[in-house]
Amino acid sequence: MIRPSIAIFLIALASAVALGAASSSHWQRVPAKDHARPNPLAGQPQAIDAGVLLYRDHCRQCHQSNAQGDGHKRPSLRSEEIRAASDGDLEWFLRQGDLGHGMPSWSSLPQAQRWQLIAYLRSIQ
Amino acid sequence: MLFKSPIDFWRGASLALCLVIFLPPIGMAQDKPYFVTYSHDLEEPGNLEIETKSAVAQPNGGNPFGATAMELEYGTRAWWTTELYLDSQATGSDSAVFTGWRLENRIRPLMRNHAVNPVFYVEYENISGADKTILEFVGHDGQSDLAAPNATLRRDHQHEAEMKLILSSDVKDWNISENFISEKNLGHAPWEFGYAVGATRPLRGAARGRECTFCAEKFIAGVEAYGGLGDAFALTMRDTSHYIAPLIGWQLPKGLRFSFSPGFGLTSTSLNNVYRVGLAFEFEQIGKWFHSSNGGNL
Repeated sequence: MIRPSIAIFLIALASAVALGAASSSHWQRVPAKDHARPNPLAGQPQAIDAGVLLYRDHCRQCHQSNAQGDGHKRPSLRSEEIRAASDGDLEWFLRQGDLGHGMPSWSSLPQAQRWQLIAYLRSIQ
Repeated sequence: MLFKSPIDFWRGASLALCLVIFLPPIGMAQDKPYFVTYSHDLEEPGNLEIETKSAVAQPNGGNPFGATAMELEYGTRAWWTTELYLDSQATGSDSAVFTGWRLENRIRPLMRNHAVNPVFYVEYENISGADKTILEFVGHDGQSDLAAPNATLRRDHQHEAEMKLILSSDVKDWNISENFISEKNLGHAPWEFGYAVGATRPLRGAARGRECTFCAEKFIAGVEAYGGLGDAFALTMRDTSHYIAPLIGWQLPKGLRFSFSPGFGLTSTSLNNVYRVGLAFEFEQIGKWFHSSNGGNL
């Protein structure tokens, strides 16, 4: 039998962990090395133009032409969360995906194309 | 019999090709050009890809044949792809026949990308002995299995279960994949084993900022090797088939993808050459066709 005080302590501890996890940023899981990686193509007009086409081919079907998502499971890419992420965070997330929540891994795209996509995403914030 | 003659078969195939070509540009397939090897790429959730994989070869002492597997591949979830194959073949101076169907599921057990990404593959096959799509070689499969007349081969009806462990890695812009194959005839035969390994790379990493058809980034080149590893009664490389096959994939406009691979047999049991051609088209988000606009997500 667990004593009431211990049970209350365990519940409080679990709640604190859950609240902490919920409030932590999406990007806190990104390894420091990846977080710090700069986009070698940042701001280059040619990279943004290529990113437009890549977005159309790979992202538009879920995140919509205006990158606003569908308001449900497919999130907007014009959001504070995207603006708060470093280029390295975004590249890491594209590479990893989040299969459990419907986001495919785009590790199959060449790395240069992932950077081009990020250059485009930055241009529409 | 689905087709009365090889001419009917190719007429039907031409019609299907025309239908695909004149469809509006609504999809963009982008898989690797493997024919036998699987990578960890799954179909995007909600998308349907229709692909034909054809093999043309001639076994020693047999007639030349062309066999086609039509694949309907659906992204059930980001971590789960399900696929239906419809197989047929036409053999010169013989007949053209529908040879059966197969249902497969591929599941990624890990929700993140890793250095090596495992995928579990489970398939049920309901095919006849006349199936010549040769999408894998297991056990002691060899060219003699493909040389008999269709009427003889069709008498053998096969209910088979096939399992694969797919291990796949993306290293820089390379994909490197290894498949370990086990297959069991549910009737009376022992477990049979096989393998497939492959590597591919796009000819160019960065994309151009304009539409183009012949740009280097639209092409993926690579090579795959595959073959049998014997069965549970004779786990040996003796009397097994092995092939090496260069690959080229081309991302065409309108979301079409073309792939080609000449395969070369490495043992006396192998076919001398196998020429494979693939054509794929992807339909985006077909789940939405059956759901209200605000409901959404399969």
